[in-house]
Amino acid sequence: MLDSIGGRALSGVRIKRSAGVLGAYLLLGGLGFLFSLPFLWMVSSSLKVEADIWLYPPKWIPDPILWSNYPRALELMKFPLLLSNTLFITATSTVGFLLSCSWVVYGFARFRFPGRDFLFVVLLSTMMLPAQVTMIPVFIMFREFGWLNTFKPLIVPSFFGNPFFIFLLRQFFMTIPTELDDAAKIDGCSYVGIWWRIILPLSKPALATVTVFSFIWNWNDFLGPLIYLNDERKFTLALGLATFRGLYSTQWGYLMAASVVVLLPCVVIYFFTQRYFIEGITLTGIHG
Amino acid sequence: MEGALGSNLISAPKGFMKRWTGIHAEIVWGYIFISPWLIGFLIFTLGPVIASFLLSFTDYELVTPPRWIGLKNYITLLKDDRLFWVSLYNSAYYTFFSVPLGIIVAFALAMLLNLKLPGITIYRTIFYLPVVTSGVAVALLWIWLFNPQFGLINFLLRSIGLPGPGWLVDPAWAKPAFVLMSLWGVGGTVVIFLAGLQGVPRSLYEAAAVDGANAWHRFWNITVPMMSPVIFFNLIMGIIGSFQVFTQAYVMTGGGPQDATLFYVLYLFKQGFGMFRMGYAAAMAWILFVIILVLTLIQLKLAQRWVYYEGEIKG
Repeated sequence: MLDSIGGRALSGVRIKRSAGVLGAYLLLGGLGFLFSLPFLWMVSSSLKVEADIWLYPPKWIPDPILWSNYPRALELMKFPLLLSNTLFITATSTVGFLLSCSWVVYGFARFRFPGRDFLFVVLLSTMMLPAQVTMIPVFIMFREFGWLNTFKPLIVPSFFGNPFFIFLLRQFFMTIPTELDDAAKIDGCSYVGIWWRIILPLSKPALATVTVFSFIWNWNDFLGPLIYLNDERKFTLALGLATFRGLYSTQWGYLMAASVVVLLPCVVIYFFTQRYFIEGITLTGIHG
Repeated sequence: MEGALGSNLISAPKGFMKRWTGIHAEIVWGYIFISPWLIGFLIFTLGPVIASFLLSFTDYELVTPPRWIGLKNYITLLKDDRLFWVSLYNSAYYTFFSVPLGIIVAFALAMLLNLKLPGITIYRTIFYLPVVTSGVAVALLWIWLFNPQFGLINFLLRSIGLPGPGWLVDPAWAKPAFVLMSLWGVGGTVVIFLAGLQGVPRSLYEAAAVDGANAWHRFWNITVPMMSPVIFFNLIMGIIGSFQVFTQAYVMTGGGPQDATLFYVLYLFKQGFGMFRMGYAAAMAWILFVIILVLTLIQLKLAQRWVYYEGEIKG
């Protein structure tokens, strides 16, 4: 009697538990599906003929599948030129971030000097400063330099560090013992030598995080190119895509094909380097 | 630039290095290492902050030198500029809905992901994907999703029997459309919450279970207090971010219909870079700065009531 009650109670708990797990999977599955629908819709639309775009209810599987939206859209938006501009800005700016931020963080993490902690608080607080407050004088300054319609305003500031990346690297450095740089110092290695031979190699995982975030930011940046570039041959992909939309505002087949191509590198990079994104967010609490 | 400098200094003569040892060397080298940031801070942050403050008291339209006009920009903004108030209202509306809703949705998603079921990382990947793809392409996608007749969203709404609103072409629905879109981008907040949840000690839950607390009680008495610093952080960052929404509004609506999505920074941009009224835009930027600062300070004050820090004794 007692046994059977116990058994029933136990299986009751078990049923409740597995029902809970099943419920969680169903909920997650539903939400995951809902979150990916916009992407599926995008790809589906990018393969549709004009007539299928304006169809209600919509067809999910395009018939016929129209691949030619892609080459046509890429040609119309001058894709190769915009791609090379974007890649140039992204690559140069990323190199700037990697060199400057690792250099600066070495100073903050491994040296003791008066004002260090105060300056680090200043650095952190600049992360909260709305960019609009500095945007106008910085624009006027670059205009005075004659840098309008060049890539310089988008690249040069990267060589002066970035508070988010410096913070991220410092968090990472707090977890690395100083023994290696101490040993190198005893061996007579200069500070610059330590930065180049020890700090840089040691911080590879954190620098990978900097690289992926820098790539995504530069690739998606819109306001910067919008303010500084006005010659269409200098446009980035983000800016070119917005212009393209102005010209072909109802050609959703083309617009979605172009959007897929612009998004794709970010998606691919994210899939292969997801670990670094998660690490960056977890170390700093900032989601880019 | 640093690269070239670096390789020169690596091969610098030994004697030079020897003179620079000890405490003084450490101070000097410390400053040498932080100097790129320090110089950048002076040129790109501190200088411009001061400059924009001064500019906000001038009439400056790039072609002629700035002319000092005192408080006129501020007075015009607050007294005569209807669009200033409209844009402020739009941003406040957007912040008021998108930030709390975003935190609730992100928290719920993070709780689900924290169940540690097999295969669950796929969902983390899916939820974060919209964050890495933000920008113009996503803005274009959402214009199409929000299309009143042929868009996916109204198709889904109609298929469950709801009427599909006009979204981006209806002044009453344009702002809710932006709020809805912002919820799609909560993945970053989800990852932060997830990291926070993983840091809550299991022993607390076990002890509570022994005491007979049910899941609901455990959630309110352990999870929420332990997570309150993370919630607070996301709240602050969310408010700062939502007041600065720009790209989507610029690409998707340009501020329309009937200025319903003319968000504050979009209006600032139009003043500064559309009409080149630099002094006026600088005044707007400073007002934004003060608003964000005040909201943050209020949050910090309120936080004392509800944010729990470990090791702190409440009394």
